[in-house]
Amino acid sequence: MTNSHKKTLFSHDLPATPMDPALQASRDQKIKVAMIGLCGCWGCTLSLLDMDEALIGLLDKVTILRSSLTDIKRIRQRCAIGFIEGGVANEENIETLKEYREHCDILISVGACAIWGGVPAMRNEVELSSCLEEAYVDSITAVANAIPTIPYHEDIPRITTKVYPCHEVVKMDYFIPGCPPDGGTILKVLDDLVNGREFDLPTTMNRYD
Amino acid sequence: MSRKLVIDPVTRIEGHGKVTIQLDDDNQVTDAKLHVVEFRGFEKLVQGHPYWEAPMLLQRICGICFVSHHLCGAKALDDMIGVGLGQHIRLLPGPEKIRRLGHYAQQLQSHVTAYFYLVVPEMLFGMDAPPEQRNVLGLVEQDPALVKRVVALRKWGQELIKTVLGKRMHGISSVPGGVSKNISIEERDRFLQGEEGLLSIDEVIEYAQEGLELFYQFHEQHREQVDQFAVVPALDMCLVNDEGNVDYYHGRIRIIDEHKHIVQEFDYHDYLQHFSEATEAWSYMKFPYLKALGREKGSVRVGPLARLNVTKTLSTPLAEAALKKFHAYTNGRSNNMTLHTNWARAIEIIHSAELIKALLNDTDLQNTELLMIPADTAWTGEGIGVVEAPRGTLLHHYRAAKTGDITFANLIVSTTQNNQVINRTVQSVAQDYISGKAEITEGMLNAIEVGIRAYDPCLSCATHALGQMPLKISVFDARGNIIDELCR
Ligand code: SF4
Repeated sequence: MTNSHKKTLFSHDLPATPMDPALQASRDQKIKVAMIGLCGCWGCTLSLLDMDEALIGLLDKVTILRSSLTDIKRIRQRCAIGFIEGGVANEENIETLKEYREHCDILISVGACAIWGGVPAMRNEVELSSCLEEAYVDSITAVANAIPTIPYHEDIPRITTKVYPCHEVVKMDYFIPGCPPDGGTILKVLDDLVNGREFDLPTTMNRYD
Repeated sequence: MSRKLVIDPVTRIEGHGKVTIQLDDDNQVTDAKLHVVEFRGFEKLVQGHPYWEAPMLLQRICGICFVSHHLCGAKALDDMIGVGLGQHIRLLPGPEKIRRLGHYAQQLQSHVTAYFYLVVPEMLFGMDAPPEQRNVLGLVEQDPALVKRVVALRKWGQELIKTVLGKRMHGISSVPGGVSKNISIEERDRFLQGEEGLLSIDEVIEYAQEGLELFYQFHEQHREQVDQFAVVPALDMCLVNDEGNVDYYHGRIRIIDEHKHIVQEFDYHDYLQHFSEATEAWSYMKFPYLKALGREKGSVRVGPLARLNVTKTLSTPLAEAALKKFHAYTNGRSNNMTLHTNWARAIEIIHSAELIKALLNDTDLQNTELLMIPADTAWTGEGIGVVEAPRGTLLHHYRAAKTGDITFANLIVSTTQNNQVINRTVQSVAQDYISGKAEITEGMLNAIEVGIRAYDPCLSCATHALGQMPLKISVFDARGNIIDELCR
């Protein structure tokens, strides 16, 4: 709490080495996609990489803005498509999800966590106070005789009592189920949208595990 | 004026982190921290579920090292039903080798993802290259042939995981006492010989060596920068076999100091005697340390650098040759150069590929006896599993009631073990790259992230514990209605 009066500078606002104009121009022509993990395991993000060699082909047409695979930390341009992994479990997730909603034409929930909260939402069954005690007071490896410290600080976000699916917080346009969905399924969606076709996921491609 | 610098979020890592750096009026760094900003709560939420669900549920902690969580959970369950290493009973040879095969495939896949997709961009473009460029998009623009090979390598690892565990991610094959499926000759031959769109094992080993070459070239060109970047002394920890060499699936926990003297060595079933975990208000990630040494001296480093510091040899020829060179570089002392973790990671990619080749040629994979079914009286109700996950020593500990419901779970994941050392790294880089500088650039702050990325931290993994809900927060739905509001 002591640092609030200080001037805060974010790394993404500091002077950075500019992109080569020719490279930038070629990217500017492409369809912009963003993707981010909220409360998930990164598995759905990696399922995007499971598109394997098809990903390289797609990058002729598509470029990626804010994502956990690039160092682009905020979306500053309009994006055609935003992929979201994970549900909403803290206030930072809410802010991020809203930023994506504001900047993306189409927003897609990828995977069980984004769609219904997934495994992390199992904590919705548990009383918060007992969770607290489990983790920081009664932990079997807690430091003996120390006063238990519960994380609480201006630099860490506050946690929501429940884990929410993304569509309970903002409007989501499409859903790709699975834990995680296969790379091929994500590819089908992306390929359809990039080529101006409708979102059309046959139920045979859906995964429910 | 005093200032606070913030990196939010830390990118090209798994999970959610933030860095804050405090500067005084003279631009001197007075503090620097990595905050882990998420938590999920697996230890609590798994309670009340049947014990056999644990390896399925808890691998959802992490989408990149799920095999480690899956196997760690399975090992704990072996103990629990009374056929496990807690009772000094090893699994049948077939199932243990099949589990190992999945584990090595994941180490290959995980290290390839971390090394090439997340770390190599810095090697090629530099730490202060344009942020839009230093990533996999930049790699595709600069060297599409390299990216093709990387994609093929990762795909191979993922396909092997799918063959062993049933799915590319969050697999289903390990069950208490063994595995549910063996590897057929046809399945094996696909990976040995390759096919259209899938590399052969020899090509995998060849590509893996290119990864190490890439590090050598980078090191050659930037020796001073690489060697002087965040030199952070720490104890090193990993699982070792009877010969004192790293074993990724099973062994005793060994901890060494800078002179490679053994500081402690113990059976991981005794971990509670040795480890405590401290908590700080500013991070959801705890700080484990060795009780006997206290937090300052007793925090350990785990992962590729630690393992290669601890191990005397590696059991496969190409990796062993590379290890000799790695050991010679520090004249028999531990290597504390943070960026050499990437060197160690590149060696481990080769080692995993060679281990896989040896296993694929082992006919025990085709065994049909896959399960040990103990008598009911063997049930112990408690189990501890430890494996060397790609990021380091991972521990799962469960207890279950007679009815089979889990009553207790405790996890200490690799990235959490590294918490103290990562924070020391952040402080070291902040002092070297930021303290006293008149102008601060984005690139200088990326240097801090480079230090963090060397550990390939998985902050998703590290946030399994439940935290608290401080103060009051309101959550609104898409229509602006409050759907959640809470007070501390
Ligand atoms: S849906 Fe499954 S794979 Fe995707 S983030 Fe959630 S747990 Fe991970």
